[in-house]
Amino acid sequence: MIAQVTQQPVAASLIAILFAAAITDNILLTRFLGMCSFLSVSRQMKSALGLGLAVVFVTTATTAINSVLYRQVLIPLEKAYGVPADTMILILFIVVIAAFVQLMEMFIERVSLGLYFSLGIFLPLITVNCAILGSSLFMVTRQLDLLGSLIFGLGNGLGWWLAIMLMAGIRTRLRNARIPPALDGAGITLIIAGIMALAFMGYSGMIQVQ
Amino acid sequence: MTATPARLTPLTAMNSQIMGENPIFRQILGICSALAVTNLLFNTVLMCMGLIWAVVMSSITISVMRRWIPLRVRMMVQVLTIAAFVIMVDIAMRVWAPTVHVQIAAYVGLIITNCIIMGRLEAFAMKNRPSFSFMDGLGNGLGYAGVLVAVALFREALGFGSLFGYPLPALDLWWRQWTIMVVPPGAFFVLGLIVWAGRSYTLSREQAAAGAVESQVKK
Repeated sequence: MIAQVTQQPVAASLIAILFAAAITDNILLTRFLGMCSFLSVSRQMKSALGLGLAVVFVTTATTAINSVLYRQVLIPLEKAYGVPADTMILILFIVVIAAFVQLMEMFIERVSLGLYFSLGIFLPLITVNCAILGSSLFMVTRQLDLLGSLIFGLGNGLGWWLAIMLMAGIRTRLRNARIPPALDGAGITLIIAGIMALAFMGYSGMIQVQ
Repeated sequence: MTATPARLTPLTAMNSQIMGENPIFRQILGICSALAVTNLLFNTVLMCMGLIWAVVMSSITISVMRRWIPLRVRMMVQVLTIAAFVIMVDIAMRVWAPTVHVQIAAYVGLIITNCIIMGRLEAFAMKNRPSFSFMDGLGNGLGYAGVLVAVALFREALGFGSLFGYPLPALDLWWRQWTIMVVPPGAFFVLGLIVWAGRSYTLSREQAAAGAVESQVKK
């Protein structure tokens, strides 16, 4: 019974982390991370879907890996030798992300050439996608444990995917709309993103972010 | 990035980046890390200074090393170079502006993945001499900072009624808080409108230039 009582809040807090990361605290719409690829790839549903799925996968995996490395390597190093963990995370995280993307590219190339050609062009974009590094950095500031960071990474990835899919759908519809030439492209996308951000943040009454 | 001036000097390299080829108007690159802090002008200026330092110094470094970087690992070399300079920014901010650093530490780290820096290293510093790369990086950083400071100017004035934390005069006469400017969507709206204005300006200039060429051809 006691186990169940303690179990409940943990599961609830994990759902809260997922919901907050994906919707109310959406990494793209409220923190502006990953905007570059968001603006350039959201023209078509198909490429938006490919990039979105790749981001979900990479964000989840690297956030979890970085969480383990931060706890098991950097913190002990700081305690033992005084290596400043806050500074080293930048180097460590970006190297982990770059290495992971590289490995994933090699793996996909071996396993499925079809997937490699449909996903391959997005992989270099992912290394410099701010949302992925951002997810790891916010994981540290929130001090999440392994399970928490896995869910947090998943939520961030899903939120990013959801936002880019919605935007791609809206932009497909916009193709026939009459937009002032200077506003067309990036300008109108930014304004739509603002309206989307308002909608996403409208859910924030449902949940308490830490 | 296609319009190359007839004679490339360090100064034209810089000027073209500030106005004509402004990274934000042209390509909407690199707004990721800095847009999130634009609700306060002071934080924005600090972030922009950090970004200018990182883009200028890594441009010089990559440009000096460009003959010795193997093509296959150049991305890694570029990222680590940027990371080294961003860590300097992080440490400097920790010492000189500790209260601000607490708020924006994660965003400072995110300068590493700023697309503008990577873009300039890849497109310019890998191919040009250090003096040119320095001016190119500076122009890019300044053009970028100009747009973000403009966004922050509107957001802080309308959202908090202050500039750099100092309240504007006669607030109670005219000012009414625009909460939307404080929350993230405000940044999208302000940036969207600024991009609209900037694009209209460059478009009208391009049309005027095209018109001039046409009339010359007719003669």
